[in-house]
Amino acid sequence: MKRYLFSAALATLLAFAAGVLAQSNPALDARLKKLEEELRCLVCQNQSLADSSAPLAEDLRREVRALADQGKNDAQIKEYLVARYGDFVLYNPPVKAITWLLWFGPFVLLAGGGVIWALVLRRRARRGYDDDDLPPDPRAVDAGVEKARELLDDPRA
Amino acid sequence: MKALRLLLPLAVFAILVVFLWVGLSRDPREVPSPLIGKPAPEFRLPQLHAMDKQLSTSEMKGQVWLLNVWASWCVSCRIEHPLLVELARTKVVPVIGLNYKDKNDLGIAWLQRYGDPYSISIVDADGRVGIDWGVYGVPETFVVDKSGMIRYKHIGPLTTEALERKILPLVRELQNA
Repeated sequence: MKRYLFSAALATLLAFAAGVLAQSNPALDARLKKLEEELRCLVCQNQSLADSSAPLAEDLRREVRALADQGKNDAQIKEYLVARYGDFVLYNPPVKAITWLLWFGPFVLLAGGGVIWALVLRRRARRGYDDDDLPPDPRAVDAGVEKARELLDDPRA
Repeated sequence: MKALRLLLPLAVFAILVVFLWVGLSRDPREVPSPLIGKPAPEFRLPQLHAMDKQLSTSEMKGQVWLLNVWASWCVSCRIEHPLLVELARTKVVPVIGLNYKDKNDLGIAWLQRYGDPYSISIVDADGRVGIDWGVYGVPETFVVDKSGMIRYKHIGPLTTEALERKILPLVRELQNA
């Protein structure tokens, strides 16, 4: 009797566990987690939707999950949020006219630096040396030492 | 050429100053809404004082109106509230109150205590309509024109300045349009 009860309890427990497992979907969870990490929480702006515990972030996570359950793909879910909150919700801003400076500005600066560097190199190559590279003229050094000595010996100083 | 070389760092510095100046004077909390110039999102919500009755966006067509998103748990809503009560007294424009993620009894008690400036109060208990309207920081106030288009959004508590400089002139302009 006891053994029968035990196995019945075990069977119930297993059925329950199977039910729970069937409900949670690790692949979907991983996909949503990744998606939520690319979305910004609007309340605490330096946190992603995945990290934030703000009530709005909870609501938006719920909304994202509901959309995913409806069979929407990541791009469609992002579109849904951008329509309501603007590009600001995306941690990865889309490339468009207004973000050109943001995306290509650093490369423009890099190219500018390269041009200046090339110009400096070319000028040095043409001149053969730079002023600072010259060894001091020994005669000039001698003259300077002489002058210093004179000044030091000068009784008026 | 020599002058250019001397002025170049100054020019770069000046550009940097302009960028930083503009960047620092902007409020990062104010996220521009993509809904401005778009039709107001459709809702059909129960009324706070008569839960069996509903109000939908389309019923407001043909008039300029404001949507004020508030909640009894929202501290800064209390700051802007006297302004809304004052505005309601002038009867310039109907204000619809969206009671956002609140408990009905708390919302009703709050309005009894601080005054009820709303033509109609509607209930968004789970915040779904708030998401449709891109609400992220209560209080928020929207200006909707006669054709049902969102024309302006104010984020955070209303101020006398925002009302008189921006919202009321816009309302008058839209009413005369």
